[in-house]
Amino acid sequence: MNPASGLPRTVDEALLRLQERPDTVALAGCTDWMVRDRLARADAPPVIDLLAIEELHGIEEIATPPSEAKRPAGADADPTTPPPLLRIGATTTFGEIRVDRRVVEGYPILAEVASQIGSRQIQNRATLGGNLVNASPAGDSLPVLLALAAEVEIASPDGRRRIPYDAFHLGYRETALGPGELLTAVLLPPPPPHQAFRKVGTRAAVAISKVMVAMAAHSRQGRWSSMRIAAGSVAPVPMRLRAAEKVCEGAPIDVETATEAAEAAWGEVEPIDDVRSTARYRRWALSRVVRRLLLEM
Amino acid sequence: MKHPPGILGSSPLRRDGLEKVTGAARYLDDLPAEGTWVGATVRSRHPHARIVSLRFDRTKAPADAVFVHAGDIDGVNGLQILDDRWPILASKEVHYVGEAVALVAAPTAEDALRAAAAVEVEYEQRPAVLDWEEAARNEPLYELALDEGRCEAILEAAANGDDGLILVEGEYFTGAQEHLYLETQAMLAEWVDGRLAVTGSMQCPYYVKNALQHVFSLGEDAVQVVGRYMGGAFGGKEDYPSLLAAHAALLARAARRPVRIVYDRHEDIVATTKRHPSHTRIRSAVKKDGTLVAARVDFDLDGGAYLGLSPVVLSRGILHATGPYRVPNVRIRGRVLRTDTPPSGAFRGFGAPQSQFAWERHMDRIGRRLGIDPLTLRRRNVLHPGDRLPTGQLMDASCGAAAALEEAARRGDFLRRWKKAEEDRRRDEPLGRGNRPVATGVGLSLAFHGAGFTGLGEHRMRSPVTVRLTAEGRLEILCAATEMGQGAVTVLPMLAADAAGLRIDDVLIHEPDTDVVPDSGPTVASRTTMVVGATAARAAHELVQRIVQWKEEQMGEAALRVEDSRLLGPGGEIGDFRELAREYLAAGQPDAVTVHNEPPPWQRFDEDSYHGSAYPTYSYQAQVIEVEVDTDTLQVRPTRAVAAAEVGKVLHEVQCRGQVEGGLLQAVGWALWEEMKRKDGQLLNDRMTTYIVPTFLDAPEMEVHLIEEPWEGPPHGAKGVGELPMDGPASAVCAAIENAVGIALDSIPATPERLLDHHIEAAQGGRR
Repeated sequence: MNPASGLPRTVDEALLRLQERPDTVALAGCTDWMVRDRLARADAPPVIDLLAIEELHGIEEIATPPSEAKRPAGADADPTTPPPLLRIGATTTFGEIRVDRRVVEGYPILAEVASQIGSRQIQNRATLGGNLVNASPAGDSLPVLLALAAEVEIASPDGRRRIPYDAFHLGYRETALGPGELLTAVLLPPPPPHQAFRKVGTRAAVAISKVMVAMAAHSRQGRWSSMRIAAGSVAPVPMRLRAAEKVCEGAPIDVETATEAAEAAWGEVEPIDDVRSTARYRRWALSRVVRRLLLEM
Repeated sequence: MKHPPGILGSSPLRRDGLEKVTGAARYLDDLPAEGTWVGATVRSRHPHARIVSLRFDRTKAPADAVFVHAGDIDGVNGLQILDDRWPILASKEVHYVGEAVALVAAPTAEDALRAAAAVEVEYEQRPAVLDWEEAARNEPLYELALDEGRCEAILEAAANGDDGLILVEGEYFTGAQEHLYLETQAMLAEWVDGRLAVTGSMQCPYYVKNALQHVFSLGEDAVQVVGRYMGGAFGGKEDYPSLLAAHAALLARAARRPVRIVYDRHEDIVATTKRHPSHTRIRSAVKKDGTLVAARVDFDLDGGAYLGLSPVVLSRGILHATGPYRVPNVRIRGRVLRTDTPPSGAFRGFGAPQSQFAWERHMDRIGRRLGIDPLTLRRRNVLHPGDRLPTGQLMDASCGAAAALEEAARRGDFLRRWKKAEEDRRRDEPLGRGNRPVATGVGLSLAFHGAGFTGLGEHRMRSPVTVRLTAEGRLEILCAATEMGQGAVTVLPMLAADAAGLRIDDVLIHEPDTDVVPDSGPTVASRTTMVVGATAARAAHELVQRIVQWKEEQMGEAALRVEDSRLLGPGGEIGDFRELAREYLAAGQPDAVTVHNEPPPWQRFDEDSYHGSAYPTYSYQAQVIEVEVDTDTLQVRPTRAVAAAEVGKVLHEVQCRGQVEGGLLQAVGWALWEEMKRKDGQLLNDRMTTYIVPTFLDAPEMEVHLIEEPWEGPPHGAKGVGELPMDGPASAVCAAIENAVGIALDSIPATPERLLDHHIEAAQGGRR
């Protein structure tokens, strides 16, 4: 079969197609793409469908490369075998992620966000990779990936590279994917013991986020460590709330810390007014939710 | 003729149910495209502008596309509603974003869009009227007044603290609401030998017919309008389809072939009518025990750019402005203000939800001021039989306001829950640093709805309904009532069968085709079951009586009767009704009977003074709504709604409950989420991801209790129910939020953003 036509069945075939026409758009669930009606346009770019590529689909545990086998400070380290990473293929749907046992048990906030994206119908089509590449400031899974210190795997004709998600989403709908490159997987490091997530949407379902907060941390002797707090829909890209994280680091797990972190979060975001909400509300809700999640996590 | 047991209250399956659920029902957009062109509309992008030039650049358009502008209208360029100043196509000026400026048609949708893009319009922008303050400085589009007693003198006494009276003042706002019917506006027009045939999605085929006659200067015989399957309407297909029909007809004439226009969702949201935004100021005088003594209500509606149906919406609004309560002295002033926004139009409730939102919030304000709980305050003032409305109308024995109030309060366990939430709130300060993530509260409201047309509308129309025999010996109802999901095609045959002694499947109902059916009036105003249904029942009874009399003469036998579709004599069953009917037809007897609605002769209403009986009867609904407010995000989740609706008589219980549940949810949506956001006259949220309506996950658990206090009139004392459930719930939602977190919101929607603004202003001491 001529790899330049038809349905690509391997990552290499897909990369070849992207090379031939650099404006080619790689599609999976199409839940964002179709809404924008791009296919109806006369100047619509060529597209390829990634759903037949087996390698892009599914969830598996993979061994941690030895160079990365160190655990975050403060964690209860197991000196013998390095814990595995969880690799989620780019075209894995949120419906699959929502019910996957390893996700539900190890990364409950990812399972939670997967169950809150759009509707069940959307979750059955929409993919994790699609959410990343679409790069909306309101992409629901993104703050969760940020809090979980996820990495993304990118394939290009030169081979594969892995970068932290922190370095992937560069600006409003802008990513680190170069021309001819394909997002192939998301990798999650071993699960942090404390996780929390909250989506504040426009209604209970089929809602776009006004504010999102995701956090993950370790703890030792009643104090927070390795705290990562991420927020969505309050900036052009999902952002770490570093001032709030700093407040928590090494601080006691109590109401005072939560309150202080909430105040820090208030001060470090500059949200905007738009059709869904107001800057004032976003800042207020973000701060209150940060406090609430720290109390409950 | 006795009523066969079981027809009324038996809730037979909806006649249109199976075909709609299976997809067999063909809506206008489902018709084959072959031979039909597609129409598209060129719309204003400015809220107010002069049209400097309008040009169709044929070189950029598909070769065979047609173009129509205001100059092509040879009759009257005006939409005939109450006046005709709303242009079919703007000619000199545009007055709202989305106003139709020109039309194009082409063989396919893609070509039509290309043709529309080839229309070049040059505008000179003008200052637009876009807010309440500015609109109120201009001449209103329409005004109404209702006075009773000596309101101003009493209010003055209350202001001075005289006579033991207390003055309570408040100001209330409600926003525009989009109907969001599932099926967008859709119409198909065709000219055949100078005769115009139009079909599509509409509530009122004769409104469309009259409007078309006006635009094209055509006689009654030259226009045929047929209502098709309708995917929802809620009032949104009362006025607007007439405009769309004129557009399709203009294009069909230019293209010399059938032309269909089906709006896409964005276009439908931008261009069509909305619920009137309202602004109400109330000054009231009350005794210390909460007894209402006087109220001045200034009720303003934003009518948008053109008059449309606004005067009648205003009229219903002011007639419901003090709710189902005794208020002996009133001074009510209603105005329709003009803004450069799309014309506001009919929407379930028709002004009554707006004015009763304000009134019910005001009742809560009075209670708060006097320290009287919401239930006790309402009990002290609620209308009972023998009381009078501000119009002077004497409430008859069927006034079920108190019954509805008590039932809802009891079933919803209102008082206990309300008091507990008040205590919890005072103790916990949920919006402070209190750690309760969720605060619960409960709200109560009571509202009423006048059944049928306002004032003497029904007397003027005396709506005719025809019932005829089909060749196979079944009855067929001919009327202009349309099925918009409310159940007319099921209930009307039920009523006719019940009155005639037939089984339900022996009664058919004809599609609303103006070539065949008489003008039984528009399908609006909660009048279809009550007015058209009662008239159909009389016609069916009359026709079967005639057949029975004929048979008695034939047989030389008296005392025949029809029951359960069987002809019975003194000695038992003689035969089957269908056979009898065929025999009657074969004998050349007249096959049809037309009767007219007979409104109660005692009903008098003075349209100048607004005194008398504006409606022959009223239905009542009280609700207890419980909410959970997230104390971190101020998101409100309605968790439970207990409604008690006094509807006179329940005819089809499943559909009646369906109306109450659907209306309740629509009202909760209006109260919490639905908001038309505009900036400089442009609508910001013209899509379903940004115009937020509740999903099933947002809906409260609903418990509906139906109460029957039949009125004296037909059918069997039933009163209208279609709009009633829209009237009260929004206020109960706000009351519940107040009970939960102490934010007393007097404007809706109660979005988290608005609640926060209100909370911050209150914390800064900016509140009275």
